[in-house]
Amino acid sequence: MEEEQEHQLSYRFLALILGGLVVLTAVTVGVSYVDWGFLNVPISLFVASCKATLVLLFFMHIKYEGLAIKVSFISTVIFLAIMISFTFWDVAFR
Amino acid sequence: MEKAIDKTGVRIGMWIFLYSEIILFGGLFVLYAVYFHNFPEDFATGGKELNRIIGTINTLVLLISSFTVAASITAVQRQKTGQAIALILFSLGCGLLFLVNKYFEWGAKFAHGLYPNSDRLYEEGPGFNIFFGLYYTITGLHGLHVIIGMILLSISLVLVIRGRVTAQRFAMLENSGLYWHLVDLIWIYVFPLFYLVL
Repeated sequence: MEEEQEHQLSYRFLALILGGLVVLTAVTVGVSYVDWGFLNVPISLFVASCKATLVLLFFMHIKYEGLAIKVSFISTVIFLAIMISFTFWDVAFR
Repeated sequence: MEKAIDKTGVRIGMWIFLYSEIILFGGLFVLYAVYFHNFPEDFATGGKELNRIIGTINTLVLLISSFTVAASITAVQRQKTGQAIALILFSLGCGLLFLVNKYFEWGAKFAHGLYPNSDRLYEEGPGFNIFFGLYYTITGLHGLHVIIGMILLSISLVLVIRGRVTAQRFAMLENSGLYWHLVDLIWIYVFPLFYLVL
């Protein structure tokens, strides 16, 4: 069996990601004090998804994983999107 | 002869379990979306009862603990056992702090008469009641995940101290870390939906 390459992330790089996450948290709390009307939910979900992407790619190492984990993760997200949006459309336009 | 370890397989197994967790919380978010659509005013009234400051502090606590867990894996890879132990202990402290904050937060809600089946929830209407039902279900289930994550990290900590988790073999710590990051990931969505958008 060939030796697998384990990816190592430096403390500095991980701290940089944490910094990004803290800044995005400040942004989402900051914009929540302004009323954007119907855009309130989309804006905060967008910022949350940016944060989730950082956590997934670097803290959870998805960026350095093989195809099996990448593809299966994206499939899960697509399934989740179908589950939430179809249920929601059914209720919203009934 | 040494037993061959399929490191990728170990991680794929953990990820498949995490997918089921994502769908579990996804189902609860569907409920949130539907009832938010049906009772926007009641949800807004409910959201104003929640404390943004405690929510923000807990978000930061979880983000920092995610960072220290990720860093502890780097420490193990670099064979700095002392650093790894300190980082995992710090993460456990963060988890405890999160739960203590949650205790005070729930305690304050109980003091305001906002608990399942309370008179106030009954009187303020169905949407308000559903909002707090979802609040207790989702943050409660999430809190349970924090406790499980802390147990997994504690087991990993013991294995690191005993020298069973090494630079060559650290799947237990890595998978506990993945679970811990998932807990963080879910909170990233719970926080704006309950504390901010309403």
